[in-house]
Amino acid sequence: MLSSQATEKIDRELTKYPPDQKRSAVISALAIAQHENGHLSAEVMDAVAAYLGMPPIAVYEVATFYGMYDLEPVGAHKLCICTNLPCALRGSVEAAEHLKRKLGIDFNETTPDGKFTLKEGECFGACGDAPVVLHNNKAMLSFMSKERIDQLLAELSK
Amino acid sequence: MNTAHPPFSPDAFGPDAMIMKGIDGMNWRLKDYESRGGYAALRKILAERIPPDAIIAEVKKSALRGRGGAGFPTGLKWSFMPRSFPGQKYMVCNSDEGEPGTFKDRDILRYNPHSVIEGMIIGGYATGASVGYNYVHGEIWDIYEQFEGAIAEARAAGYLGPSILGSDFSFELHAFHGWGAYICGEETALLESLEGKRGQPRFKPPFPASYGLYGKPTTINNTETFAAVPWIVAHGGERFLELGRPNNGGTKIFSVSGNVERPGNYEVRLGTPFATLLEMAGGVTKGRRLKAVIPGGSSMPVLPADVMMKTDMDYDSIAKAGSMLGSGAVIVMDDSTCMVKALERLAYFYYEESCGQCTPCREGTGWLYRMVHRIETGRGRPEDLDALTSIADNIQGHTICALGDAAALPVKSFISHFRDEFLHHIEHKRCAVSVAGGYATNPGATLRAAA
Repeated sequence: MLSSQATEKIDRELTKYPPDQKRSAVISALAIAQHENGHLSAEVMDAVAAYLGMPPIAVYEVATFYGMYDLEPVGAHKLCICTNLPCALRGSVEAAEHLKRKLGIDFNETTPDGKFTLKEGECFGACGDAPVVLHNNKAMLSFMSKERIDQLLAELSK
Repeated sequence: MNTAHPPFSPDAFGPDAMIMKGIDGMNWRLKDYESRGGYAALRKILAERIPPDAIIAEVKKSALRGRGGAGFPTGLKWSFMPRSFPGQKYMVCNSDEGEPGTFKDRDILRYNPHSVIEGMIIGGYATGASVGYNYVHGEIWDIYEQFEGAIAEARAAGYLGPSILGSDFSFELHAFHGWGAYICGEETALLESLEGKRGQPRFKPPFPASYGLYGKPTTINNTETFAAVPWIVAHGGERFLELGRPNNGGTKIFSVSGNVERPGNYEVRLGTPFATLLEMAGGVTKGRRLKAVIPGGSSMPVLPADVMMKTDMDYDSIAKAGSMLGSGAVIVMDDSTCMVKALERLAYFYYEESCGQCTPCREGTGWLYRMVHRIETGRGRPEDLDALTSIADNIQGHTICALGDAAALPVKSFISHFRDEFLHHIEHKRCAVSVAGGYATNPGATLRAAA
């Protein structure tokens, strides 16, 4: 369930912690596994547990606690938009509504072609750049006006 | 300043900037930092074998207070680390910046990461910790990776690792990333998370200085706090103190967001009038009227415009005005903002982010959100305001960590300062705000299904 590239990355994380504290690498290991598999199935989580020598339940606890893990399949492009107050004061609700209209889906839904999943986010710590969209957990897109959202969707739809 | 498009002018963060002085958005690398005088403080400490106690004394003298939210004196915190403890001790940096309105640590890490690294090494030297972790907010992945790059630079240059610069002091530093949990900004939740667990806060005492990461003595400071340390060591605590006010030493980076023309980070001397800061951010959007400001991040009490315009931006002045400086996140709201809707969004946030450990918070945040949502959508009842205050009172002070207080304080302050607006919603089933185009009630539109 974990490729050699994934275990290589996890091994690199493990060098950061004392040998008897391998568990500290679980948050990054799950992120690595999610990135590779698209989402965290029970099998993937079990593989992470086995690799780190943790009881599977301890891995599930982590996977269900942190908001950026996907326990269900998501589209090829997961777009998460922050609608918290500082962003909302700068048009993020309108941006979110625009995304919903353009994609024809609500929050926590995926387009029928499996391309896009839309999520509502909480503070990303980038309120000065509002509206902000997080693409596939790793790319922070700033100042997402309707025009820039249209550009983004056109680009990702190619 | 507009943080999105480097390079920007080297005084973009303000004329009094100290941490962000000379930063143009491109010059974050080690050689740039050294050319600005970086790592000179560490070199001086190691060359002159300055005793750790002398460094702690200098930091105490500077009146540097924690920049993450609590404002606890940094030197005092460092002095709590047990001197004679025989085992491993840890230095942890809290870059899990997720307090709505706060985005300063992101700019420090991406534009001046070595100031944090040097501050952490000095902190490790002062407290006898030889390993450090920087916990970076999961949502800022590129900055986490960049910080790993900065660590590698520092290691290659001999600032990190065994026998730093040929001395007998060793310090190793690693970057850690979160994955989307506001609560991990709470220091003991952060430690749990670092240990590979759910981020549920621990009971205090014991405090991290006696029982921290892996049960070892640990000091946790905010990113901006660490970033100020090299300057204090290089120039002396006295000079840092003089930049601000008594008991409020130094400069502070304020993240200004919301209804201003130029949202962004501005580094000013503590004690700078709010009006000056507002002007730096370009004033209120479209020349509208200022209505309210949350001066220290979403967890702090909101203040009406007239109070804010008379307040100076330092810990003690903001406390006197009835709020808290917190993380330095200044959320500006103009007269197109509905205070009921604003509170509804914050209440939803705390409901969503409660870790679920303490009943008053887990249940109470849901009640708060549902009741404010009810008022916002025209189904409020006259008795709701007193009920909201009562629920908030029953959360505040009754939970393990400060998230409970953080959920309660906005509710109480919004209702006490803008009671008429809430009553209008309840009586007339609609919004009192008449200025169009802002964050106000839009009948028929609901962003998400009710919780």
